Amino acid sequence: MSRGLQRFTVLQRLLHWVMAVCILAMLFIGVGMESTVMPKYLTLVSIHKPLGVAILVLALIRLALRLRYGAPALPSDLPQPMKLAAVGSHYALYALMFVMPLLGWGMLSAGAYPVVLYAGWHLPAILPQSDSLHTLLWNAHFYLAFAFFALILLHMAAALFHALVRRDGVFQTMASVSIDHQLAPANPKRQPA
Amino acid sequence: MFELRRSALWSLALIAIVIGIASAAFAYTAGWLSPNRLTPGKLVAAFAPPGGPSLGHRRNHAKGICFTGLFEANGAGSELSIARVFVRGQYPVIGRFNLGTADANAPDATVRVRGLGISISTPDGQEWRSAMIDPPMFPVATPQDFYELLRASGSKDPNAIKTFAAVHPEFAAFGDWAKTAPWTRSYAEERFNSLNSFVFIDKSGTEHVVRWSLLPAAEPVAIAPEELAKLGPDFLEQEITRRVAGAPQRWTMVVTVANPGDPTADPTKRWPGDRRKIEVGTLAAQQVEVERDGPCRDINFDPTVLPSGMRTSDDPFPAARSAAYAKSYDLRTAEAKDYPHTVTGGK
Repeated sequence: MSRGLQRFTVLQRLLHWVMAVCILAMLFIGVGMESTVMPKYLTLVSIHKPLGVAILVLALIRLALRLRYGAPALPSDLPQPMKLAAVGSHYALYALMFVMPLLGWGMLSAGAYPVVLYAGWHLPAILPQSDSLHTLLWNAHFYLAFAFFALILLHMAAALFHALVRRDGVFQTMASVSIDHQLAPANPKRQPA
Repeated sequence: MFELRRSALWSLALIAIVIGIASAAFAYTAGWLSPNRLTPGKLVAAFAPPGGPSLGHRRNHAKGICFTGLFEANGAGSELSIARVFVRGQYPVIGRFNLGTADANAPDATVRVRGLGISISTPDGQEWRSAMIDPPMFPVATPQDFYELLRASGSKDPNAIKTFAAVHPEFAAFGDWAKTAPWTRSYAEERFNSLNSFVFIDKSGTEHVVRWSLLPAAEPVAIAPEELAKLGPDFLEQEITRRVAGAPQRWTMVVTVANPGDPTADPTKRWPGDRRKIEVGTLAAQQVEVERDGPCRDINFDPTVLPSGMRTSDDPFPAARSAAYAKSYDLRTAEAKDYPHTVTGGK
């Protein structure tokens, strides 16, 4: 996949951080709305649905960018288990970015709820009404949300581990905000693939 | 591998702190650190009778029967709201007559509160769902009070309700209604009230705070609950089935508009009788179907499912009802095996 990039392209980095905020907000809104009967419940639900659709759209763009531009190679001295964990967790993160909004949409469809995004704007049902489907999708949406959050924590821990402990430049491939200037060549371990 | 330096240990500690803070924030948001937070799960669980909930059924208003019919809008509601449902015309309705009990097998004469849920669909793909009841006021002013009332009702302390009523004087009006209001022998003779207030938005963007009621076309005939009991435990469902098979049953929908300063956030407080009322159309129940395989079974009559042109008001109940109904829906749809469909190919 890598084409010898030092960093992700600026669009990829921008999308990563925008989606990081969106997805974290989404997970907090999700558990928050499930925990209250106060009026903020409705506010949270009314954000949860359109934000979920926004994440689905952004995930599509993100996947297209990833396929087009690839990703910087991992350091060659990264232990094999960590490499596997890195690759595996990224597949899982991508999968969840797509699966969670679709599960939510499908679950509402199977429950015969109108999927209202904003006053008067609604999405069509993607599944027929069905109590068994509703239950299946609801459970998947619920439990995968916690798996998603756990994976994000792992992702954060790994990113900080690269940044603070290994100092191998992996963190900077996504973290750096500058547009024009490349990473300083102070990373002898970094090797373009 | 790399060697752990002193600074690396500090770095690992820093990582642990960051992840710990993120986890704690998540746990707090989820309510895991707040045992006193009123969650939808707690509210719904508080309805359960001593023998446990009626599995597969709604956790409240558990006993009911489906109907389909029409809402015939006369056009007058368009003055208050741009919602399509008020444009003169006929719109399909899925509805449910029900009893305010957590016991799906409760005898009719043991249940004081009767309800009606409707979902009206319009050609623009929008829906208006409403769940109304027959008392003219709600027993309590806030969802928290409602939870306390449920706890008092389920308490082993024989004085729990008295204690509750002493602390909540607003409860007395409902108690009077429950004791003195005549019972009827038909869902078709009941007046059903939204009790909660909502906001209608008109063409100019002006907002009107409203409540609505369905007034029966049938003349109410009073019956003592002892007499109703003699007619059988499921008389109301049998009666409405026969009655609707004979002729569609109708209710006039009347929207009442609050004056500035009226108590819009408190459903225990009735608005003065002189408030502006607009008849916006007629609900016609045309066909009754048993709930087990009926079209209302898997509909959540969530009162916050509103078309554009309507929104919730400062009344805190619709949000609480939405959260609790969703919880009830999630529970009962997962228990379909306990309330099996009889029609093959049923969902």
